[in-house]
Amino acid sequence: MNFLVASLCMFFAGGLACLATTGRPHLTRWVGSSVALIGGALALVPTCMVLGGRVLTGLHLHWSMPFGSIALDMDALSAVFSTPILIIVMLAAVYGTEYLRPFEGKKNLAQSWFFYNLLAGSMLLVVVARNGMLFLLAWEIMSLASFFLVTFENEEESVREAGWIYLVATHIGTAFLLVLFVLLGRDNSTLDFSSFAASPGFAGIAFLLALVGFGTKAGFMPMHVWLPEAHPAAPSHVSAVMSGVMIKTGIYGLVRILTFLGSPPPWWGWLLVSVGAISGILGVLFALAQHDLKRLLAYHSVENMGIITMGLGIGLLGMSYQSPVVAFLGFAGSFLHVMNHALFKSLLFLSAGSVIHGSGTRDIDHMGGLLKRMPVTGLVFLLGSVAICGLPPLNGFVSEFMIYLGSLTSVAGNMRLPIAGIVAALVVAGSLALIGGLAVACFTKAFGIMFLGEARSTHAAHVHESGLAMRLPMAVLAAACIIIGVSGPFWMQLLGPAIAVATGVATDTQIYPTFAAHALWMMTLLAVAGIGLVGLLTFVRSRLLSARSVTREPTWDCGYASSTPRMQYTASSFAEPVTRMFNVFLRTRRRFSAPTTYFPTSSSFSTETRDLFHESLFRPAFTMTHRFLSRIHWLQHGRLNLYILSMIAALLVLLVWKLG
Amino acid sequence: MTLLQDTLLVALILTSFGMLVSGRLGAYIRMGALQGVMIGLLPLVVGRATPTLHVVFVAAAMIGLKGLVFPYLLFRALRESDTKREMNPFVGHVPSVFFGILALLGSFWMDARLGFPIHSSAALVIPVAFTTIMIGLFLIVTRRTALSQVIGFLVLENGIYAFGLAIVYEVPILLELGVLMDVFVAVFVMGIAIYHINREFDHIDIDRLNTLRG
Repeated sequence: MNFLVASLCMFFAGGLACLATTGRPHLTRWVGSSVALIGGALALVPTCMVLGGRVLTGLHLHWSMPFGSIALDMDALSAVFSTPILIIVMLAAVYGTEYLRPFEGKKNLAQSWFFYNLLAGSMLLVVVARNGMLFLLAWEIMSLASFFLVTFENEEESVREAGWIYLVATHIGTAFLLVLFVLLGRDNSTLDFSSFAASPGFAGIAFLLALVGFGTKAGFMPMHVWLPEAHPAAPSHVSAVMSGVMIKTGIYGLVRILTFLGSPPPWWGWLLVSVGAISGILGVLFALAQHDLKRLLAYHSVENMGIITMGLGIGLLGMSYQSPVVAFLGFAGSFLHVMNHALFKSLLFLSAGSVIHGSGTRDIDHMGGLLKRMPVTGLVFLLGSVAICGLPPLNGFVSEFMIYLGSLTSVAGNMRLPIAGIVAALVVAGSLALIGGLAVACFTKAFGIMFLGEARSTHAAHVHESGLAMRLPMAVLAAACIIIGVSGPFWMQLLGPAIAVATGVATDTQIYPTFAAHALWMMTLLAVAGIGLVGLLTFVRSRLLSARSVTREPTWDCGYASSTPRMQYTASSFAEPVTRMFNVFLRTRRRFSAPTTYFPTSSSFSTETRDLFHESLFRPAFTMTHRFLSRIHWLQHGRLNLYILSMIAALLVLLVWKLG
Repeated sequence: MTLLQDTLLVALILTSFGMLVSGRLGAYIRMGALQGVMIGLLPLVVGRATPTLHVVFVAAAMIGLKGLVFPYLLFRALRESDTKREMNPFVGHVPSVFFGILALLGSFWMDARLGFPIHSSAALVIPVAFTTIMIGLFLIVTRRTALSQVIGFLVLENGIYAFGLAIVYEVPILLELGVLMDVFVAVFVMGIAIYHINREFDHIDIDRLNTLRG
């Protein structure tokens, strides 16, 4: 616990120290990143201890805040979530030292590092806080710090717009959480988590409040609208932290609240499965239709949060129908996917940042042929893509496999699940399969258009590989993806205590699904064999080629004369067959001026896919609110005298009313 | 002592009325300064025979600040901001005086209704304090320039100070100095704000500041 407190102090005090280095970019870079590294390393000590099976005693101090107390604790559930937070924060800090270098002297980087460390500390505090007041405080610090990080390049109109959307969304979420905590702590004079217990009538309402409040942060559809705006706007290492781990605090909060609500009725599981399936499928569909690399990745975050939520839903259904094996597999897949998504999504955002850093554009259609100039970035992006698609032998497969196993087990005969549970399980399996397929299509598009072929613009033609400080974190993350990918059974065992916390059973009575472990062992063996085979083939190839001369030629252009790189497939043309199929959701707008006459001079074609919910749900809702509120806008007339007069009048009326 | 106190209180009200009718900014500031001096003298005569040293000290500080320093600052702001010397208020002088009379009556009514547990020797202080507060608020609302609003704020503060004096005999010196400090800072900040408003808009008429609204 001492390490944890020291780490929190390090993040918050060290963040302030960053501010003190304003005006000296070199010092700022060192102080900012080392604070993040030291703070992260300090907190990793208790986290690893808890993951290794040790039980720490919590900290409980008095706090003068009403209903508040400084209650900190690190249990297995917290440890599962704080591990990715700390690792990603540390790696992204190293990456940030180089990524931010072009801004040195132009922007106030001390401020950026201050908010970065504040964000890191507050995320850690969110997962270890055991008091509602402390939790909400940390939650708000987290939201505000990330808001300031998102609006780093605030001289651009689009970035400011994205910042506002994020700020509004996150505060709507917090409003729900406030009500939730008041409801939970209603019967006591304290908001300590240990005293939380929802009376039966309120459990359903509390669950819905938690789903909306935490779901806004986690990016469940339709509350996801801030993700595709905020992630592209933020600097890439911040996107990696936000998308990789910050949105996971929403999942953490939801799971933590579920532990207070007693045994779940089946409709909770159903609701989570539906929300997860909708987020997953629509998330990946919208990702498919994007040209902006970071917006594409942001939609994939929505998709993966959907997968995590489906896992939670399966877990809850398992709890409702007294099937501990299904519950175990659902939660295990969900928690492991939290870790995995943190790893590969950060990896993808960091490599996307590397591409953007090199080429200066986020538009996929302007890239092409980058693999020749950025081999490391290309390779890690490929690994991240395979991982996010849930393909073996990488880590995304392991966690999705667990969720598959959970849902298929509940269908398989001897679990005695009611028909509704079986339908939900089939929905999960079907959605996962669809999501996986679409994700493969999407990342084939992204990787193919960006890294293969020829450069489509001068941006792409002059890219350069990033420096060591950027390549190293990416390499570490890629290695972590492979390691988790081939050590599945180990992780299932490691997650046992956290699942025990989430499902509310004692660790020693927990049922460990050995058949799943066997299946995972099998997969591991196959994965290792596959990797070995690929290695062998590569070795054979290099041996065969070593004696011959190898020349580099342009890509074969099918024999057409005088083709240019602009004639290559674009991102939208590649995705067109799929997007056309799902146009009912996507509503892609095409702007097409066709070539006319026999000697056409100019023609153009462009597509744009706006967010369905943003356009047809939130924009009308906010327009209506604005129209309603503008009716009382005359009250803001700008005459100071009259403002003061109305205040005095109100005071006098109250006074006379009270006296008279 | 009572005679002296009542004379002072009546004079206090008269200065407030004087501010309601003064047509020129210079006279307005001078009247404010006069009221400051009187409010400074008030603790020396209210409710006790021989004032203690700390009361004398506070009174001196009060007179020094409100009677000398503030008028000096305000006159300087007036000079530098090149404001018109005429007041030209939103509400004319005659209606203003009517409001003053209403405020006086209302204050006596309120005092009767509220029934503060205070020493009978200071009985008149409360209604006078209420009147001063209300006239101060009225001045803030109805006068045009930012400068006259600052003075309205000072009048308001005078009223609050007199009210506090009537309620609590032994005000800790730190508290009083704290209040003084507050006002000092307020006047200082407002002085700077006036300077900036003037530089930005070439005038300090607050009714034309509404172009700033969003």
